[in-house]
Amino acid sequence: MGKYLKTADTDWYKQRLTRVMLCVAGAFFILLSRLFYLQVIEGQELRRLSENNCIRLQSTDASRGMIFDRNGILLVDNRPAFDLSIILKDAKPVDCTIEKLGKLINVPVSELMKKIGHNKGLSSYKPILLKQDIGRDGLAAVEVRKFDLPGIVLNIKPRRHYIKTQSAAHLIGYLSEINSDELKSGKYPECKGGDLIGKFGVEKVFERFLKGKRGGRQVEVNVMGQVVKVLKTVDALPGQNIYLTIDYILQKKAEALLEGAAGAVVAMDPETGDILVMASSPSFDQNAFVDGMSHKQWESLISNPLRPMENKAIQGEYPPASTFKIVTAIAGLEEGVIDENTTINCPGYYKYGNRIYRCWRHGGHGSVNIFKALAESCDVFFYQVGQKLGIDRLAFYAKACGLGSATGINLNDEAAGIVPSAAWKKRRTGIAWQGGETLSVAIGQGYNLSTSLQMLVLTSALANGGTIYKPLILESVKTVNGDIVIQSKRQVIGRLPASKKTLAIVQKGLWEVVNSPKGTARIAHIKGVDISGKTGTAQVVGRHNEPNLSEKDMPDHFKAHAWFVAYAPSVNPQIAVAVLVEHGEHGSSAAAPIAREIIRTYLEKDEYVRQLKAEISKQ
Amino acid sequence: MFDRRFVKYFDWGFLGLTFLIGLIGLVTLYSAVASATPTPQKTLYFKQIIWYCIGMTGMVLSFLINYKSLYRWSPAIYAVCIVLLISVLMMGKYVGGARRWLILGPFSIQPSELVKIAVIISLARYYSKFSDTRGFSLRELFTPLILTAIPFILIVKQPDLGTAMVVVLIAGFMTVFVKIERRSLLYIITACAITGPLVWFLLKDYQKKRILTFINPDRDPLGAGYHIIQSKIAIGSGMIFGKGFLKGTQNALSFLPEQHTDFIFSVLAEEWGFVGSVVILFLFLMFIIWGLNIAYRCRDPFGTILAVGITAMMFWQVFINVGMAMGLMPIVGVTLPFISYGGSSIVSIMICVGLLMSISMRRFLIE
Repeated sequence: MGKYLKTADTDWYKQRLTRVMLCVAGAFFILLSRLFYLQVIEGQELRRLSENNCIRLQSTDASRGMIFDRNGILLVDNRPAFDLSIILKDAKPVDCTIEKLGKLINVPVSELMKKIGHNKGLSSYKPILLKQDIGRDGLAAVEVRKFDLPGIVLNIKPRRHYIKTQSAAHLIGYLSEINSDELKSGKYPECKGGDLIGKFGVEKVFERFLKGKRGGRQVEVNVMGQVVKVLKTVDALPGQNIYLTIDYILQKKAEALLEGAAGAVVAMDPETGDILVMASSPSFDQNAFVDGMSHKQWESLISNPLRPMENKAIQGEYPPASTFKIVTAIAGLEEGVIDENTTINCPGYYKYGNRIYRCWRHGGHGSVNIFKALAESCDVFFYQVGQKLGIDRLAFYAKACGLGSATGINLNDEAAGIVPSAAWKKRRTGIAWQGGETLSVAIGQGYNLSTSLQMLVLTSALANGGTIYKPLILESVKTVNGDIVIQSKRQVIGRLPASKKTLAIVQKGLWEVVNSPKGTARIAHIKGVDISGKTGTAQVVGRHNEPNLSEKDMPDHFKAHAWFVAYAPSVNPQIAVAVLVEHGEHGSSAAAPIAREIIRTYLEKDEYVRQLKAEISKQ
Repeated sequence: MFDRRFVKYFDWGFLGLTFLIGLIGLVTLYSAVASATPTPQKTLYFKQIIWYCIGMTGMVLSFLINYKSLYRWSPAIYAVCIVLLISVLMMGKYVGGARRWLILGPFSIQPSELVKIAVIISLARYYSKFSDTRGFSLRELFTPLILTAIPFILIVKQPDLGTAMVVVLIAGFMTVFVKIERRSLLYIITACAITGPLVWFLLKDYQKKRILTFINPDRDPLGAGYHIIQSKIAIGSGMIFGKGFLKGTQNALSFLPEQHTDFIFSVLAEEWGFVGSVVILFLFLMFIIWGLNIAYRCRDPFGTILAVGITAMMFWQVFINVGMAMGLMPIVGVTLPFISYGGSSIVSIMICVGLLMSISMRRFLIE
């Protein structure tokens, strides 16, 4: 440091401190001036505004995104609804106001008072909801007498409207009031108590797109709580619109065909994985959830033995029965246990150890090769293939075909099904695998469980030459202006463990199921379109206890589940379908016709276009 | 051992001033929490009294310590505080999307409050060591920059923008006090003038929006903008003599956000009016001038700069908090010393009071 510099000494600090004190005093002068301005100059005006807490916030709900099908048919939208609330502090006197209001909208005063009673503890400037959705007459009555009803507030709220009642209800899901656990979870940061959020299906999974962003207004109100001036407005941002891969024409058809039965129909485009149909029967009314359901309604929904709240397409697990023979056939061919020339004699039963395993046809199928075995669903043939493969090789192929694990569809609560193996059984029951159990598994019985969606994905892969696509329900997300936010792309998630040759053999077998004179699904044959498929009849546990009952006398809940998986056209397929009818008894009679009608609806283009036009013109 | 000068030079006036402001703080807090709807939070009031007791212990301890030993201990104190800040980021409690609290048994502490003291002590050590009348050059300011930047970044990460800003402002106040070399000051100003707009262009849209809202709360009429309006109404409606104790309506109806912490001045101004507000502001001004006077009379550079730093902290918190409540300043979470609810804030302020008294009393002890 240069000589001319002094080290800082006490005097130097004192000099600087004096300046600091001046600065501080200056800063406090600014504060005091502002205080003077607010409390003395503006005081009168600000006191007036404080008197009634005149400046208030009112929130405006965002309108939730709409839901369309793949062709732009509107499935879900919003309609304006008027909610009636009261602000206790403004409604003086409360009793008198409520009495007048009760008369106007024909609601007993006691009921309105009860609503208030629940909320007595709340801040009295917070609106308390008296009645939702008062309807046009109520609206007119209240609007006219507005000045007689201090503290009564009418809010327009967009209300969810499920246009196609009961249609695709499980897929689309529903809205319901957010509960305290969800509020605390932190997953809904912009929600407050009383908000409606998606609770199930697409409404839940795509909540973030559909929701939009709440807006609000800063308003000045008069003594009666009525808005005299809007100070500032923040517009609500509407939610984004969702286009599903669903084809409503087919969906409607599937639901009509399932009417009265319990079961599921799923269909997809084998080349993209787009889910065209996802129907689960019986269905439920989504609007009832929005309007608020009585306890009794809810009870009857969840106690219904046909489980209307379950999406049977992804949550229902059933033995795949003979549809599993597709897997057994692939495994047998790939492992060299059989080839297209192998023939086995079916006398109608197969003896293994000291037990007899029956073929479904008592007289037997005679000499059977793989094509005939698939076409006529010969159990004995597949018993032997299964036995030669052993359970673990069979399980390997089943898993590689996508069974035993969720397909990954973008919906909650998808079931995984079960692909049994020796290790699995040991783990689950502690008992070693029995050789005979392999035979049951080979024909899709035993511990085997699959969902309709899993069988559909498998069938689609078989149809398209072996590529397993992820099943998609979302086609695109668009803004209200139509700009694309997200466009789904097909996603390959695996390949069938089968060579071209093997696939060709199994495909031919499935073609014969529908098209050969003795095929089990001749009923599914339609002129002009080649359909390939596989039937299945899943035994229901408990049936063996009553061996003497004939098929006709069997109580419904012991009847077998009917399966049919199919794709069409057999070459260059455009659609794959899986049908499951609970207790439908025979795949051929209960399930195959449903699949046939859906394929017919989709592939007979003239009729399809006519229906589509009719549907669009309704909008 | 015991020096009779301890009694003679004890700063009774400063202690009295502290107690007076503390008492007003407790009365105001009572009003803020007692009438809050829907649920009065009286437990907070009793908690605050307990914090005051703990703070008083801290004050006595920091008073008994010869402040000069802090010179030696300052690196250790700084290191401990930084470790605390890092552990907050790693295992702090989430409250409203931010991690600011460390749970230590029955207490939750906010290390960012203590960090302010650590930064003040460390800067006082550095500046007292190298200070000369020419001022500090850019190169010499590198160490203080690092000492400030580390806690600043850690606190911004929590995120607690208000406290982070206060740390920078305190450091700035102290640096300007010890003087920056004229040429270096020019460099700093030009550098800021050039990089400022550059940074602005690099920011993403949502970041720009956040900054604009921060500067001008009116851009967010449903959030910050509304709070400011309510706060201004509360203050203004107090008029000259106020509405009276426990009579504030804005407060009682939860129109004010954070009425017992960040917006407590509005409660006070509404109930006690212009007269009451001037009194409390005057007491704060007196406290700050008193602190600066302690620095003035201290004959040891370390003590002087330490006292200036502590006073700077008081000044900024009062200025920002009151300015914010009156709509003069962006909305940031800065507590009003002695008055806002908050254990760590009270304890750290009481420690500061103890330090100031320690400096004041030892002004004649020359080693």
